[in-house]
Amino acid sequence: MKTAVITFPASNCNRDAAVALEKVTGVKPEMVWHRESELPSGIKFVVLPGGFSYGDYLRCGAMASRSPIVKDLVEKANKGLAIAGFCNGFQVLTEAGLLPGALMRNRGLKFVCRPEKLNITNSNSRYTSKYGDVTEVTYPVAHHDGNYYADDDTLNKLEKQGQVIFRYANNPNGSARDIAGICNEAGNVFGMMPHPERAIDPLHGGTDGLGLFKSIIESI
Amino acid sequence: MNIKTKITPEIVAEHGLSAEEYDIILDRLGREPNINELGIFSVMWSEHCSYKSSRRHLGKFLTKGDRVIQGPGENAGVIDIDDGDAIIFKMESHNHPSFIEPYQGAATGVGGIMRDVFTMGARPIALMNALRFGEPTHWKTKQLVNGVVAGIGGYGNCVGVPTVGGETNFHKGYNGNILVNAMCVGLADADNVFYSAAKGVGNPIFYVGSKTGRDGIHGATMASAEFDDDSEEKRPTVQVGDPFTEKLLIEACLELMATDAIIAIQDMGAAGLTSSSIEMADKGGVGISLNLDKVPQREENMTPYEMMLSESQERMLMVIQPGKEKLAYEIFEKWELDVAKIGKTTDTGRLVLRHNRKKVCDIPIAPLADDAPNLDRPYEIPASLPVIDASDVHETQDYDDALVRIMSSPDIASKRWIWEQYDRHVMADTVDSSQSGGDAAIVRIHGKNKAVAISTDCTPRYVQADPYMGGKQCVAETWRNLTCVGADPIAITDCLNFGNPERPEIMGQFVGAIEGMNEACRAFDYPVVSGNVSLYNETNGVAIPPTPAVGGVGLIPDLDYFTTLTGAKDGDTLVLIGDTQGWLGSSIYLREILRREEGAPPPVDLEAEKRNGDYVRKLIRNKRVNAVHDCSDGGLAVAACEMAFAGNIGLQLSRAIGCPTHAWLFGEDQARYLVAVEENSVNPVISTAKAKGVSAQIVGKVGGDRLMADGAFDVSLAGLREKHERFLPELMS
Repeated sequence: MKTAVITFPASNCNRDAAVALEKVTGVKPEMVWHRESELPSGIKFVVLPGGFSYGDYLRCGAMASRSPIVKDLVEKANKGLAIAGFCNGFQVLTEAGLLPGALMRNRGLKFVCRPEKLNITNSNSRYTSKYGDVTEVTYPVAHHDGNYYADDDTLNKLEKQGQVIFRYANNPNGSARDIAGICNEAGNVFGMMPHPERAIDPLHGGTDGLGLFKSIIESI
Repeated sequence: MNIKTKITPEIVAEHGLSAEEYDIILDRLGREPNINELGIFSVMWSEHCSYKSSRRHLGKFLTKGDRVIQGPGENAGVIDIDDGDAIIFKMESHNHPSFIEPYQGAATGVGGIMRDVFTMGARPIALMNALRFGEPTHWKTKQLVNGVVAGIGGYGNCVGVPTVGGETNFHKGYNGNILVNAMCVGLADADNVFYSAAKGVGNPIFYVGSKTGRDGIHGATMASAEFDDDSEEKRPTVQVGDPFTEKLLIEACLELMATDAIIAIQDMGAAGLTSSSIEMADKGGVGISLNLDKVPQREENMTPYEMMLSESQERMLMVIQPGKEKLAYEIFEKWELDVAKIGKTTDTGRLVLRHNRKKVCDIPIAPLADDAPNLDRPYEIPASLPVIDASDVHETQDYDDALVRIMSSPDIASKRWIWEQYDRHVMADTVDSSQSGGDAAIVRIHGKNKAVAISTDCTPRYVQADPYMGGKQCVAETWRNLTCVGADPIAITDCLNFGNPERPEIMGQFVGAIEGMNEACRAFDYPVVSGNVSLYNETNGVAIPPTPAVGGVGLIPDLDYFTTLTGAKDGDTLVLIGDTQGWLGSSIYLREILRREEGAPPPVDLEAEKRNGDYVRKLIRNKRVNAVHDCSDGGLAVAACEMAFAGNIGLQLSRAIGCPTHAWLFGEDQARYLVAVEENSVNPVISTAKAKGVSAQIVGKVGGDRLMADGAFDVSLAGLREKHERFLPELMS
């Protein structure tokens, strides 16, 4: 299956995402530069990687969300293309309006990097279906601005519609209602602050993240 | 000041040049220098750039070895790790700027050391740091810790290079001068390493990266003098970092390096455009002519003097293959970086600068390097402090309390508050990091089943008590730490932090430490391939404890065979490799429990180190051990607690050694490893050790949820961990 990783200036988990996609699909993903105006043809799944696009200047993800490629992604997302954003990628997705809410500075005001336990709160989603009976996974977090915020109406709606996919077991950043990962109403666009792509290898962070990639790839 | 400024003795003195040095300049030029030329000589001959006090001593180091591709003298050292892979690494200080402006000082320290590494064609794959702060109760300490840690994290996290380990000490000796030493390790193709020697005549010189501003002017000169009460006024000499630009610069340079467009490349570090252009020209034996009007500038009306001495960050200088200019422009413009052709190589052997169509500098390059002062400063190597016998050291009556105090003391307590602010996992190859509390960080070579192990070490209290023995110990400890994870130690980088070299006793510490270090390097065949010297770490005449920080790098050739301190299992037997006399001089016990800082440090027996280390590495390769940890600060008891924390399992230490209890538990004898061995491997581990002349004794058992030692302490693992974790969060809250 053809997949793609978008690279913005100062994306820094693009290689990590590519390794994860290749591990699960068996095929190297296309690395797409942010100034491209269109995805290569035949791409079925896109990852917006972590990093510090544009140095996190202005607001995290704000400038990247105005890239030519993101315009194309928004159009294709609305037609059902599967897109996931991890860490900075999640910030870009909220800035682009593909996911509701915003990511603010961590409650503790400091960058936080540690393995974090997550509860899978919707195991029927396209991003979690392969986890089966597993309800708890550990992914690393590494961010300064991961404090998820949305107004109460939005949060209620997310919960009611099963769009909250992961919650933190021990909230590291002050996110509203312990939310760690959400999807859009249609379920094709997903974002989370933790890094599943850093949990695909027993020598590095464990293998809990593989289920997420397998889930979305198999759903396509 | 402008080109018409008359050079007076006062101006010469303000530039840190002695009358003799100025006479050499007059002689080599055959005339008076103008202000630009004087500025250039002053930074090139500063302590920071010329190593004038240290050069003759650094020359003693072992710098060659089978795996050394490039030793000291380039931007960083290069070693061969087989399969066509090379590791490029260096450690550097950013002490003075970090004290004045902790966030930017530390951040630009990280940025600068990364540039040294990717300048040579390597992708940075790991960062380490060695930090020394003043005593926790000092009014400045909290603010400095906060700023330095945020600065290191802010830069490294953004660039996307994992910060995988380091060390942090607190001592009143650093109240007036903190130490921020940053190390970067990069990975390159062994046959595609880039050097700084310019070549050819008429080849274009490109400037790439951030624009030049007025920041950091005379930073190198600042780093070559001691502090006084007005040091705050030096804030404008501290540079400002932009990790975003650095990240773009890495990607753009590596992209261009994959072509054959670059003849030579040099980052603009200390003394900026001056030292980069002069080093390139000097190494290549060519001249350089620059048109300063072409230099991308951030501020208006910058003078040649300011442009040449600015230490604005994230800038590179390169000599490009003629005909490849267009390719270079395309790549740098893709990455939205400033790029300009600012000059060319010449055959004159001179540095010629033009500004506003006028020649503003025309000096021969050779004397800047060749005639740089090379001082033979007087030195007196201090004698070692007297040996303290364990029987002369008061024995605590409450071992539970002593253990808790030691495990929660500033140097031993958990540094989680620090390393949780560093991204340790980006690039997805971190096999082990600060997270485990292990001896060395382990970073996999991308796409391969091998890894580099990295460790930074220095025990300043030993060097203070006996510079020669302390110097040996710093090198031995990195070697031991690399061994603990199963790596073959290969080479080191160093960061030699000392006080004012004009004082013979300080110069004596420096010379003594180098001699000890060098002896250890030779015993282990463990050469120095890069490093830096930071002198004048003094405030109002009070010097820091001598701190020669060492960064060691080793190779784990097969990741199926490595060990950390995390793997101890219920029922494992604890075996201590190495001999215990119970050495309490200059120990943590003496300092933390009795408030005494005295006594000769533990002797380092290099033959025993080698023998014991080689044996431990063999045990790891034969899968005989589940966990390994070296005994260093705080001795056996601290090593055992750390192993228990990492494995989250209790243990009991049994009395096997004939010295007094406090010396048995807290003695800091060197060349020792605590290993956890499965029941059926115990006999072969002990008997093979005996056959090899290695001391090995059963000292305990793994299991339960308590930490116990015969006739001494008995505490809960969870309770001790809680206290171990408390120090930094409480200090920083």
